[in-house]
Amino acid sequence: MKIRFDKLGVVIAAIAAYAAFLAPFATFRANRIVPGQARSILEALPATAGPLLMAIVIVAALMALFRTPLMLRLAASVVALAALALLVGVAGTFLTPAGNTLARVSPASGFWVLIFAFTLLLADVLTRLNLSPWARVAVLVAAAVAIGLLLVSGAWNDLSILKEYANRADSFWAEGSKHVTLALGSLLAAVVVGLPLGILCHRVERLRAGVLNVLNIIQTIPSIALFGLLIAPLGWIATHVPGAAALGIRGIGTAPAFVALFLYSLLPVVANTVVGLAGVPRAANDAARGMGMTDRQRLFGVEFPLAFPVILTGIRIVLVQNIGLATIAALIGGGGFGVFVFQGVGQTAMDLVLLGAVPTVALAFAAAIILDAVIEMTATKRRVETA
Amino acid sequence: MIEIEGITKRYDTTTVVDDVSMVIEPRTIAVIVGTSGSGKTTLLRMINRLVEPTAGIIKLDGADNRSVPGYELRRSIGYAIQGHGLFPHRTVAQNIATVPVLLGWEKNRIRARVDELMTLYQLDPQEFGPRYPHELSGGQQQRVGVARALAAEPNVLLMDEPFGALDPIIRTKAQEDLLAIQKRFGTTIILVTHDMEEAVHMGDKIAVMDAGKLVQYAKPAEILANPASSFVETLVGASERPFRLLSLGRVRDAVENGAAEGEAIPGDASQRDALAELLWTGRPALPVKGADGKPLGRVTVDGLVKRAARPA
Ligand SMILES: Nc1ncnc2c1ncn2[C@@H]1O[C@H](COP(=O)(O)OP(=O)(O)O)[C@@H](O)[C@H]1O
Ligand SMILES: [Mg+2]
Repeated sequence: MKIRFDKLGVVIAAIAAYAAFLAPFATFRANRIVPGQARSILEALPATAGPLLMAIVIVAALMALFRTPLMLRLAASVVALAALALLVGVAGTFLTPAGNTLARVSPASGFWVLIFAFTLLLADVLTRLNLSPWARVAVLVAAAVAIGLLLVSGAWNDLSILKEYANRADSFWAEGSKHVTLALGSLLAAVVVGLPLGILCHRVERLRAGVLNVLNIIQTIPSIALFGLLIAPLGWIATHVPGAAALGIRGIGTAPAFVALFLYSLLPVVANTVVGLAGVPRAANDAARGMGMTDRQRLFGVEFPLAFPVILTGIRIVLVQNIGLATIAALIGGGGFGVFVFQGVGQTAMDLVLLGAVPTVALAFAAAIILDAVIEMTATKRRVETA
Repeated sequence: MIEIEGITKRYDTTTVVDDVSMVIEPRTIAVIVGTSGSGKTTLLRMINRLVEPTAGIIKLDGADNRSVPGYELRRSIGYAIQGHGLFPHRTVAQNIATVPVLLGWEKNRIRARVDELMTLYQLDPQEFGPRYPHELSGGQQQRVGVARALAAEPNVLLMDEPFGALDPIIRTKAQEDLLAIQKRFGTTIILVTHDMEEAVHMGDKIAVMDAGKLVQYAKPAEILANPASSFVETLVGASERPFRLLSLGRVRDAVENGAAEGEAIPGDASQRDALAELLWTGRPALPVKGADGKPLGRVTVDGLVKRAARPA
């Protein structure tokens, strides 16, 4: 039998080999801010667990390297990821001297790269399996439940990032909900304003270029600069408009962060609404009028449903973008996961940075998968005629 | 009855429809024929006010079509647009139900009407009702488009090149279906086409348009026999004229006494088909049978050739 290589598998195997043999698996530090010492897989894990993980990684990488059945690749990626997730916790316990509360163990580059390599393998398998939207959401839920169980079980409690969490459990959830509120709230506001604006731009051609240009320009303003630009007007409103301050409107804090995210969100929503409505087949519009629909019936009965998948694509862009951008809000006292990121940067405490960054990335990832599934579900049924 | 009186449509300085007047009798088919860009679609769309005329009036059964709001007018007039224009996000049943829903019909009545129309068009309601338009063949989509136009039992049906996208065999079938339905419901139909063959076959009267003007409006035989201008003559096609004339007549009207050898041709067949059969088989005469299978006589090459000559 001729042995054949898998193209992506070669890359995955190379990355995995580098990470397993050359990169550190975990970092040990005497306390949270001193420089760490690297530990390889064999050094970071107990006598049996180390070689076991090495064996799993090598076998899984070989599965990836050669052309193997999809189910085998799926099993390889899932087993490798599960082993990595479980054993990184074991490494935390193993490396921390008993009774020492100052020492910190955190996953090092090798761990992250291995996670990346096998996630790539998993993603590739899932893509090739051509899963239905529901199945993809189910996979996401399964992964979330698995991670949740690991967190609750305490398997990771000796890792530095969870020690950072333990010290800030209350503020973690408070900032987390602020982050989500900021991202979703500004999205909601952008949809409420952007949809009608998009419809207006579609109907009134003269408005279109102007509105889209202005929104485009806003999009190019760096976020810090936009915050700066907002401080003066919002501060003015706070002092001059009665009741505004009571609503939380101030030159710094949540208000400018919200407004900035809202402004960034407008372009994708408006532009996709315009593109979606423009893409409605002429014949469908013509038929709608010819059948005796009023303008409003045509908008809600024909144009809107047909443009919906494209508009949803805009909303997906905004949601993922907002979840990421909301991190910046912390810079001007707007709260969110960014608080931990910037504190961590200030204290050169990498694990604190991760405490802010990891949930942000996870949220964005989950939002993308869910909205992609929704888009696909709405689009397949309504496939637009190509004739 | 549809009365079009001095209708003109101008866009800026170009006159697209130029002072057209014509009367369409109830329960007949009027076919508007002309080259592309001659204003056929615009004229049709002024009847249901998708386009508002620059001048002139259109009366439906005596009432000015501007006496009700446009959308209400359009709900009372069937409209089958060029290239079917089905709503891609709605099922076949929902598409057909469009106007009845707009009119606020009761659910059961709508379902019954949709089933009736689908059955009429040989689409099984169980199987095709829940499908989306992209899951149908071109011919099926076209039938659904016409069924949708007929859903609210309109007295008037406007059709813009409804068969243009169909292959010849399906097109012939669709034309026959439409003629049968028109007979059954007595619908007044205005049909736009650029195909003279179709016009002669379908029309009780044919309106020939050229550059926005109505150049001739008459019965098919009259158009063939006495084209009003060289344009109409070209459109009719000089070499096709005798055959088109024959296609208007039935075999039963050309029967002569006597007998002939071979397979009998039905009296309902067109004289053109009879002549084609005679020429192809190299025989001088064919026996003719009635609907009941009884012999009626025969048709001859000589007899048909005389009928193909320009009427005096
Ligand atoms: N909305 C419009 N604005 C300007 N010109 C138009 C418009 N609609 C149609 N026309 C012009 O009117 C002429 C007749 O169009 P149409 O009625 O669609 O012709 P037909 O259906 O016979 O092909 C064409 O030259 C077309 O370009
Ligand atoms: Mg046309």
